[in-house]
Amino acid sequence: MSGFLTAIVEAVTAFIGIIDPFCGPVGIFNLFLGKTLLACGAAGWGDEIAFGFLVTASLAIATLPVGLLMGFFIALAKQSEEKSLRLSANIYTTLFRGLPELLTLFIVYYGMQILVQNLVAAMGYDGTIEINAFFAGMFALGLVFSAYCSEVLLSAFKAIPRGQYEAGYALGLHHGRTMQLIVLPQLIRVALPGLGNLWMALLKDTALVSVIGLPDILRQTGIAARVTKEAFQFYTVACLLFLVLAFLSSLVFSSIESWAKRSEVAR
Amino acid sequence: MSYVTTLIPPQAPPPAPPKPFTAGRFFGNIFMGVWLALAVGIFLMITGGWDPEKFAKYGPNYRSGLGVTLLLVSLSVVLGGLISLPLAFARMSKNPVLSWFSYGYVYFFRGTPLLTQLFLIYYGLGSFSAELKAWGLWWFFRDAWNCALLTFTLNTAAYQAEILRGAIESVARGQHEGAAALGLPKKVAFFKVILPQALIVALRPYGNEIILMIKGSAIVAIVTVLDLMGETRLAFSRTFDPQAYLWAALMYLLMVELLRNLWAWLETRLTRHLKR
Repeated sequence: MSGFLTAIVEAVTAFIGIIDPFCGPVGIFNLFLGKTLLACGAAGWGDEIAFGFLVTASLAIATLPVGLLMGFFIALAKQSEEKSLRLSANIYTTLFRGLPELLTLFIVYYGMQILVQNLVAAMGYDGTIEINAFFAGMFALGLVFSAYCSEVLLSAFKAIPRGQYEAGYALGLHHGRTMQLIVLPQLIRVALPGLGNLWMALLKDTALVSVIGLPDILRQTGIAARVTKEAFQFYTVACLLFLVLAFLSSLVFSSIESWAKRSEVAR
Repeated sequence: MSYVTTLIPPQAPPPAPPKPFTAGRFFGNIFMGVWLALAVGIFLMITGGWDPEKFAKYGPNYRSGLGVTLLLVSLSVVLGGLISLPLAFARMSKNPVLSWFSYGYVYFFRGTPLLTQLFLIYYGLGSFSAELKAWGLWWFFRDAWNCALLTFTLNTAAYQAEILRGAIESVARGQHEGAAALGLPKKVAFFKVILPQALIVALRPYGNEIILMIKGSAIVAIVTVLDLMGETRLAFSRTFDPQAYLWAALMYLLMVELLRNLWAWLETRLTRHLKR
């Protein structure tokens, strides 16, 4: 059984190695830049930077569902009839939209470190604890993203007329089903442009995580720049990689948008 | 025949129905409790860890850091606004070279992180120090503050160009036609008819952009500029006192909230003729 699993893992790794857009047999670093500083393997920095690209993309992709879900519930809290719920949601947004992302990141990273350290010391273990930079970055960016996301979703909720809910209740659907079948599909359509902007902002904010030591695009190119003294070249590569990410996500978003609008096209 | 002999005596209104304890109220109370605990914790941390010596030592640093942040943001927003004018017009012009150049500029500066742009200018141009010295520009690029100012100016110019373009294009076509029908020259029509209406549309995005710049300016601390964030990092690295970050957070929040309220007031004031 384990041999079978290993075989599957190996096959997947081999397949990813073949379609790897940077360092695979048809990767751009291998094909066009094999003789330069961006070559893959031990000769250049291609594979390190490709790894950084992967880290940046996975950080943003991992943050997205967390932030979206939290933002959705905060938007619901903001239009709740309960006063305390509205107030606490508004405090949340004011706080995390007003603080600089870098400061949020530092507070989360160092604050969590101190908290966990104290907690562990209280339980009788005295060693140094390091918070995972990926996790801290995901948490901090998720806080910021959810604060902005709740505002986008709130304005989208306001764009949906009251009659849509009432129609759902009149059909005998209960609260959750109305939300799921009637409100959410329209909500996505209204909120998509705003969410697209937030996703772009999130992609750009991931660069900050390099400051607390996560090996993302900026950190890897920074190391390469310091070692090779070719700072301009490597930071240009970093900019280009971020542009590639932005371009790819704009393609994905336009396809999602046309998918969300598929019912409008027929009309 | 019947008639009323006694009136029904006045009665107390029925008691209000009991407020149901819903899930919303439950979670609302929990979250308010969390915020309250956090506020009390922060208050205790400040009063418990209050050290007049540290305050006397780092207080002036914080003030100078705040000054650097404000100066950096205001200078770059104003300079960026100046650069954004030709950029926005280039973007709207019929000349394909101009409009493509402007599109590329805006795409680059809006598509890449500010931190990467800062590194590109500060460290990247630093690798051309020989050429820059030959051109007599090295004194400018040697200083982190100048590089930060340049980066922020170029960055906000791209965003402001998009804001301006969007606002100008949002003015209805009839306004152009009306001005032409009155026989106004193109220039007068632009400055007296189109631009005032466009600037009202652009007011809110401009406010957002300034807030984004204030928040974004924290990253200059990474390239050794001693702005508010830089002073904070310095104070933290010397004292290991988490209060350092707390004070910075309060100052940033105060700045952003003040600006937000100022902008809300400005908007209601400037759009009062549009109220129906």
